[in-house]
Order: sequence, then structure tokens, then C-alpha cells
Amino acid sequence: MSEVTATSTALSPRRMMLKQALRHRGLLFGGFIVVTIVLIAIFAPFLAPHDGYEQVLSRKLIPPVWFDSPKATWDHILGTDHLGRDYLSRLIYGARISLMIGFSAMLISGVIGTTLGVCAGYFGGKVDLVISFLITTRLSMPVVLVALAVVSLVGSSLTVVILVLGFLIWDRFAVVMRSATQQVRNLDFIASAEALGSSTPRILFVEVLPNVANHIIVIATLEMAHAILLEAALSFLGLGVQPPDPSWGLMIADAKGLMFFDGWLIAIPGTALFLLILAINLLGDGLRDVTAPENRG
Amino acid sequence: MTNPVLSIRNLTVALPGMTDRENAVENLSFDVNPHEILCVVGESGSGKSITSLATMGLLSPALKITSGEIDFCGVNLLEMSESLRNFMRGDQMAMIFQEPMTALNPAYTVGSQIEEVFKVHRNLSGEERRKETLSLLNEVQLPDPERLYGAYPHHLSGGQRQRIMIAMALALDPKLLIADEPTTALDVTTQAQILRLLKDLNANHGAGIMFITHDFGVVAEIADRVVVMRHGEIVEQGTADQVLSNPQHPYTKALIDAVPRRAAENKTEESTASVVINVEKLNKTFHTSGGMFKPARTIEAVKDVSFKVRLGETLGIVGESGSGKTTLVRCLMRLIDPDNGSINISGVDFAAPPKSQLRQYRKDIQIVFQDPYGSLNPRRTIGSQLIQGAMNFGISRAEAWQRVYELLEIVRMPRDSVNRFPSQFSGGQRQRLCIARALVVQPKVLIADEAVSALDVSIQREVLRLINDIRDRLGLTVIFITHDLRVAAQICDDVIVMKKGQIVERGDVGQIFNSPTNDYTKALLAAQPGQDWDIPSFTEEEILAEI
Repeated sequence: MSEVTATSTALSPRRMMLKQALRHRGLLFGGFIVVTIVLIAIFAPFLAPHDGYEQVLSRKLIPPVWFDSPKATWDHILGTDHLGRDYLSRLIYGARISLMIGFSAMLISGVIGTTLGVCAGYFGGKVDLVISFLITTRLSMPVVLVALAVVSLVGSSLTVVILVLGFLIWDRFAVVMRSATQQVRNLDFIASAEALGSSTPRILFVEVLPNVANHIIVIATLEMAHAILLEAALSFLGLGVQPPDPSWGLMIADAKGLMFFDGWLIAIPGTALFLLILAINLLGDGLRDVTAPENRG
Repeated sequence: MTNPVLSIRNLTVALPGMTDRENAVENLSFDVNPHEILCVVGESGSGKSITSLATMGLLSPALKITSGEIDFCGVNLLEMSESLRNFMRGDQMAMIFQEPMTALNPAYTVGSQIEEVFKVHRNLSGEERRKETLSLLNEVQLPDPERLYGAYPHHLSGGQRQRIMIAMALALDPKLLIADEPTTALDVTTQAQILRLLKDLNANHGAGIMFITHDFGVVAEIADRVVVMRHGEIVEQGTADQVLSNPQHPYTKALIDAVPRRAAENKTEESTASVVINVEKLNKTFHTSGGMFKPARTIEAVKDVSFKVRLGETLGIVGESGSGKTTLVRCLMRLIDPDNGSINISGVDFAAPPKSQLRQYRKDIQIVFQDPYGSLNPRRTIGSQLIQGAMNFGISRAEAWQRVYELLEIVRMPRDSVNRFPSQFSGGQRQRLCIARALVVQPKVLIADEAVSALDVSIQREVLRLINDIRDRLGLTVIFITHDLRVAAQICDDVIVMKKGQIVERGDVGQIFNSPTNDYTKALLAAQPGQDWDIPSFTEEEILAEI
């Protein structure tokens, strides 16, 4: 009758999301910091005032410029470490390593976890049993302990750290994807697609994945933060990134002997780590708010 | 005549920005008298629930009452403090919600939930509270109140839960009872019992009842007076007799005209067309595996079901929830595997071969689901979802688009729908799109699984006509699943009545309606609301006069 030809003036879902994203303060703040740090990491060679590896022992332990000390100089804005390396340059190069480890480990774990989770959720039955067993097994292993064991066995390098973390932190992806897929699986459009003769891979990629993608994005940000923290922890314990490569965790470890004399040595990389993790989490939180379908009109 | 319990004057509730209209309800005025059942009728979006929530003071904070007053026993509720209103809720005025499944807290026994009302509002000893609660359970005609007192909500059926809700609402003898679609989620037989209960209770208690519904059958069953709402405004109000037999406003006429009628006795001659679907001795049982502490259970969802459907026929399968009708069609489509029995669809065996072999025959049998919101993928454009089916069967992209545009025309949707997302369409429009999606592969059989149950009556009728029209135009065979006999009567040639997984009766529509032989069919028919109402008919001009 009257309703048949009603035209719709609503925005498309994507435009709606963009509009909401631009209004979300946490998302904007987090996104801004993350983008800034990523840009700094990419352009590190142009931004770093000194070579981060060059040791000038005569200029060691210069405090940052805002310290009221005769040694403080604008040449080393954030000062130098116990081997006389420029702290700001090391911090900038360290961002590269943190981000690379975080991102790569998140990618590896994301692929593993999403595949397992979606399969468990979609096929159910025996597949679900096996995968659930895998997840439980993984959850019962303490990450840091296993990482320590593996790294001390095969030796430590950037690749090893990335692989170890990637193969260890897929559990959250798998758990969340499994339950998200179970919900989507029971919706009628999946049955429709089946009735219309769509192949199983097609249903998984075209019908299921786009509907659970928002969860993937959110967990991806959380796991990236998680991986960065784990790398810092491993490096701090001496089993992650090896000196002289700069890593924020390693910088904190190097400074721990001087903690009570030159606190800024720990405070600066600590702050950088804190800011990055906070920003990534804010970004993930914001993305969840914006992409969750129930928030959309 | 005594003073009205509730008197709403010029009530206007504003909607927040970015919606299609300015006010949720506008200039609303009506009264509810003691001992009276006032039915507020309207389609979805007419503002009837907003009205009830505004009266209870439970409006969501986004909605603001901009003008008007709500007088309750002579006091304007809108000027009352929030704590005083809170004190009145449950005591002076009470509400029954639509979903008895979610309106009770699953963590407490129903007895303690009813007692809660006494705890909050009255100073009674534990013994007295228990006594009062048991007498309430008795009053709402629940069997064995002593046992039910300690039961948890999940132990009870939907109808029993709704009785508990009614008991809670009546606990303190409120002056006003608001019932928001209290029977919509229930089976017809349960609905009939609840309606009778409400009517009885209304005679004994002094409460005025504001009963919100979309179903004119229910109105005819229970109302003393009727308010008809549309787009937030009252279009007509009057006594039940006036409104139901002699409506004045064209919209009311249109609504009443859309009410499904009982089938007349018209014997169709035995069809000689070829058999398209032949189902024999189909069985499906579900096993829930027992856990450490619970025994395994076996449910016979479909038991020894056999039937035939001929080309061009519409077969209705009618049954209440849990009768196995949905399991039956899912077996038919091989979305789930039947245990044994045979399914033959235009010469192809659908029961035995593995699913991978069936893929090429899938296009012969298509389905439209009940929930228009769950059956379209929210993340893909309509166009990509529509051509998907055709592409799966190797039809070229150009030809597939051609078909999609033709079908959009048939289901009367604009061509530019293809670029939009499902969230931009209403329920009725989505259901049309689902029909188009099913038809894209040119099936021989179309299954409609409660395809119109979630729609408003006027849209429901449109979709029913559309299905009929398509069947005749494209030579389809239709299986129409529904819980509503009135809907089945409108569209089906033959009807199968199912109960607990078995077919209890089969016959043509006229026979089922006018001379049913099975007791269950008789009970179903007797439970239809609005039996005694002689639905008036209108001409097209009368209806189209204004809309």
C-alpha cells in the first residue's frame, strides 16, 4: 500500500561508521598517537638526530635538557645512556622494533586464531571438539614461560621472537571468533546461501567473515598491544631483542642498575611504551564502539 | 459513571533528531475507566508502546514529553517526583510485558519474585506474604501453586510465565493495568486462555486495563473500547462495537479489511497435476547428549510424516511452536539431515545423497524465512546478495542482473535497491527482497517459513498477495508454514495440521475450517481470537479515500 515505494534516505553503513568515528574522542586520540608513532618509526633515519648505535663514552649519562644540570645539552634532547648513545635516537629506532614485533606477531596469531575459531564455530561437532581442546591446551600454557623456554633453546633473534609470540597469542582470536561465528552461523542468511548452492568456502569468506570482522579488528589491536608488552618483557629478561639493537624493553633493562640515580633512563622508554599501549587500546575500544552493529541506527 | 482511572490529555512525546517524524506521539487524548478494557491498536511504529511507557514513567531518556498531561486518579503524573512515581509503580499501576521469557529474572524462583512486590510496597510478615502469593497463583489458575511457588522461570512454559507476570501485576490490586502485547509471543491456544483469564480478572478486580495490541482478532475478543493509532496520532476511538462493525476512518477500515478472514466452504476439484513433492515416512529425532549430571534426551521432531504436493498447489503446514514444522522444511531442503524416509522433489531424491551431490539441485527448492532482519546479510549490498544464487549456478553476470531487475519489478521494489544495504529497508520490503532472492534461481518449489508472521497486517496481506501472484505467474508450488490458521486460510489450497511432529489432519482449507475431524484441529480453531466478530467488508474506494 503506502509503504511499498518508500524511498530511504539513510546513509550507507560505511558512511554512518565514518561519521561516528569522527565523533568518537577516544578513537581520534588513540588513532592520532598510533599514526604519529608509526610515522616516526617509518621515517626514523630522517628524524633521529644521531646514530643510535654510536657509542661516545666521553658523553655518557647526559640527562635530558629539562634537567637542571651542567651536562644537559640541546644536542641530546633526551640525554644519553650509560654507553653514551643518544637516547632520543634509540627511542625512535626502538619504536620500529616494537611496532614490527607487535604487528607481525598479531598478524600470525590473527591468521591462526581466526581460522581455528571460524572453523570451530561454523562446522561444530568433532571439529569444534578438537579445536576447543587445542584452545584449552594453549590457555593452560603460561606465555612468558614457554617463550622463555623456546628462546633459550633456539637462541634469540627478532624473527624468533616474532614467531614465538605469533604462535602463542592466538587464543583470544580463536575463542572470540568461535562464539561470534556460532551466532552468525544460526542466522537465516547462512541457510539461504546454503539453499542457493553457495560452496562452503564462499559462505565462510563472503557471508561469515564480514559479519565477524569487527571482532577481528578489536582483538587485533588488543593482541598487538599484548605482543609489544611481551616483547618488552622478554627483552627486559635478556631473551628478546639482543643488544645493540634498540628496543624499549631492552632500554629499560639496561637502565635498571641506574634506577635510583638516573630515574629518567627508565621513565622515558616506560612512558613511550605506556603511550603506545594506551593509544592502541583506545583505538581498539573506539573501533568496537563504531563497528558494533547494535550501535548503528 | 465513575471518574476515569487514567486520563491522558494532549500528550506529545518528541523523538530525538534524525528520525522520520518529529513526534513519537502527538496530541494524544483518551481515558481509561475502572472495570474497563481499553484496547490501543496500531501497527508497528504507531506509538502505542511509547504511550504505555510514558504512562508508567519508563520512557527512555532520549524521549522527552514536550506537552500534555497524564492524570492518574486526578493527579498529574508528569508533575510528580520520580521517587513518588516509583512508589506508585507496582502498587497503583502495573504492567505486563510482551516477552514472558525475558520479563522474569531467571535467577530467582517465581514465588520470591511475586513476594518481592509485597516486600517493596507492603509491610507483611513472611508467612502472610507466602499466603498472599499462593492465593495469587491460585487466582491466575496455575495448577499446583505449592509446587510452582518454588519453581524457576525456566521450569515453566510461556503461558505459565505470562500468568506469573499477571499475578505479579495484580498482587496489590492496582487501579490501572497496562498490558503491552501480552499474548503476541504465545501460541493461539495459550493466548485464548490468557485472554479469558484477563477478562475474568477484570470482572473481579476494579482495575482499568489498557491493552496494547496489533491484532484486531484480539480486540474483538476482549475490548470494551478501542483507540486506533497511526503514526503517533489517534485516528479513531469509540466503543468496541462502533469501531469493529462501523469504523469511520479510512485507516481503520483498511486495517480491518486486512484482517484475515475465515475460509468459505468452496470445494476445489481434485487436482490432476503432476506430483512435485513426495515425502514418505520422514523421521527426524534430536538427541541431546547427556552430561555428567543430566540424562540424555531424545526428541522426535518429525515422526512418520508423509505427504504429496502437486504442481501449482499451495500447501499450508499449520502448527503451534514445537510442532516440528520448521524441522520438517529444513529436512525438505536438506539443511539438516533426516534420519530416514524419502523425499522426492520433481524426480530428485533429496533425502539420501550426500550434501555435496545435492548442490546442483538446490535451485529447485528455495525458502523465505520468518525474520526479515536475520535473513539478509547486513554487510553486503542487496544486489550482490540477489545475483549470488544465479551466479552459483553458472549463469552469466549479465543475465543474472537481467533476472534480478525483472524480479525486483515483480516484487515491486525500485531498481536502485541493488546498491543499498539491508538496514535501509523496512521489514516488509526486506521480505520482498528475500522472495526475489529465492526466485532468482527459478525454483520449482518455494517454501515460506512463517514468512509473514513478523509483519503488520496490512503489509502481511500485501506479501500474501504477492506470493499468490508469483505462484500463478511463474507456475510455482508453494509450501506455506504458519502458526496462524487465519493466514493459512487466505493463501492455501490444502492444509496439514501438525502436532508434536506428526500430521494430525490434512484436508482442503474449507474442510479444515468448517468440518474439522481431529480434536486438536478443533481446539486450534476454537482458540482463534475474534470468533464472534462479523468482520465488515469495505470497497476499495472507502479504504483508499484518504491514505
